Amino acid sequence: MAKASITFEDINVTVNAPAGTRLIEISEKVGSGIVYGCREGECGTCITKVTEGWNNLTEPSVLEDKVLRENMAGKHNRLACQAQVLGGTISVKPV
Amino acid sequence: MSKLPILTIDGAPQAIELSPRVHWIGALDPNLRNFDIILKTANGTSYNAYIVRGSEGVAIIDTVKEAYAGDFFARLESVARYDEITVIVLNHLEPDHTGALPELMRRAPQAQLYISQKAQSMLKALLKQDEFDFTPVMTGDKVSLGDRTLEFLHTPYLHWPDTQCTYLIEEKTLFSGDVFGCHFCDVRLFNDEVGDFRFSFEYYYAHIMRPFKEYVNRALALIEPLALNKILPAHGPLLRDQPQKYVQRYRELSSSALQSEISVGEKTLLIFYISSYGNTRRMAEAVYEGAMAVEHVRVSLYDLEGSEISPFVDLIEGADGIMFGTPTINGDAVKPVWDLLSSLAVVNLKSKLGGVFGSYGWTGEGVKMVEDRLRGLKLRVPIPGIRIKLIPTDEEIQLCRDFGHDMALDLMGLRQAKVIDMADLA
Repeated sequence: MAKASITFEDINVTVNAPAGTRLIEISEKVGSGIVYGCREGECGTCITKVTEGWNNLTEPSVLEDKVLRENMAGKHNRLACQAQVLGGTISVKPV
Repeated sequence: MSKLPILTIDGAPQAIELSPRVHWIGALDPNLRNFDIILKTANGTSYNAYIVRGSEGVAIIDTVKEAYAGDFFARLESVARYDEITVIVLNHLEPDHTGALPELMRRAPQAQLYISQKAQSMLKALLKQDEFDFTPVMTGDKVSLGDRTLEFLHTPYLHWPDTQCTYLIEEKTLFSGDVFGCHFCDVRLFNDEVGDFRFSFEYYYAHIMRPFKEYVNRALALIEPLALNKILPAHGPLLRDQPQKYVQRYRELSSSALQSEISVGEKTLLIFYISSYGNTRRMAEAVYEGAMAVEHVRVSLYDLEGSEISPFVDLIEGADGIMFGTPTINGDAVKPVWDLLSSLAVVNLKSKLGGVFGSYGWTGEGVKMVEDRLRGLKLRVPIPGIRIKLIPTDEEIQLCRDFGHDMALDLMGLRQAKVIDMADLA
């Protein structure tokens, strides 16, 4: 199975995770400072900055795009509870 | 003797003049004793709404709880016609301020709604319709009523994501929403006439605003430079006498009470424990020793049996990391730990470091339960907790020391860069 390598910059930890894993599943296990609210893509609490490997994450859904817009998120931001890793190298940090 | 405002004439609710162009059109709810489950009030509350008349338009600022819509509309009708209303401003969308909104929109369909950027999705959820017209606004946006101008201040999270304040420039009047408000009901309405509401003001801050101190300070940076003749909040007395005093008080309440002895570059780690046979206490002492070995970490150790909860809540608010030692009794962490953990909703815990350990007799679920609770409270829990069956051995005590040491290193950002496989994570 394809694997992605995700670095959580705030804690300096890199995790090799199977494609399809959501960022939330990994970041909670390693204790990154990304914080979560509803965990369902509605509240915008887990807005996360993607510093590398934007294209190695799934595309944001229409719903995620809407929540990002409503929360005035920057263009390199994603909801960590929604974004799934696809492969390659990815770096993220809390906003 | 105070002159009572004439709230009703022949039983009909009347608007109260605050200036020739500004009236209070809110409602009093003297019998309320419990607000939103979390707040008590000994003499009810008020739902303050206002009307502003300009030469080329009329604005309504906020509405009231649905059950009090009758008073609101009667007061509005005593000073304006619905077809004159050009603007409706919602400083906060909670139902106690928007209960009369759907009916107001029906009666004044020509009025334009002004809400904060973050209020958009909430408004849709409140009105249960997707298609309606509104203008989202940010700090500095203005709406003209001719010779009166409203300017918006983006003040989110006071105490919902949507909250904003609205400033009436020509009258130096701030419609502040829940900020500077309190649950206090008094027919005399004004802060220089009502009974002693100081406790209510402080209590409201402590329960509603305190979790958002960071945002209070950001809002104060916008409010402090304003010239202020009046602050008109959405609950409680109307602050026409020395309104700046209340702004200053918010600044004091949002700063640390005591000067901290912690110097720049130091981090604080608090270790709380409770122990029935001394095993979890021995673990706590070892965690404490391990953490103390890391430079620039100021570690404190507390037995939960030795204090009331509220001082610990204050300490936790200012700490960088917190750890809990709990035994597992009958398959659960113990009540004093849960009592403290259920008292933390009034402080901001976001991204603080958390860790858990404890001794157990049979099953040991308490540690995992508390870890999950810490994650739920938005702490980060990077190192899996330690559970030890009954009396810790010397080796196990060393594990506790290492745990404390690793937590302190993490707090200082000194843990080595690590590469791990997802399958190896617990």
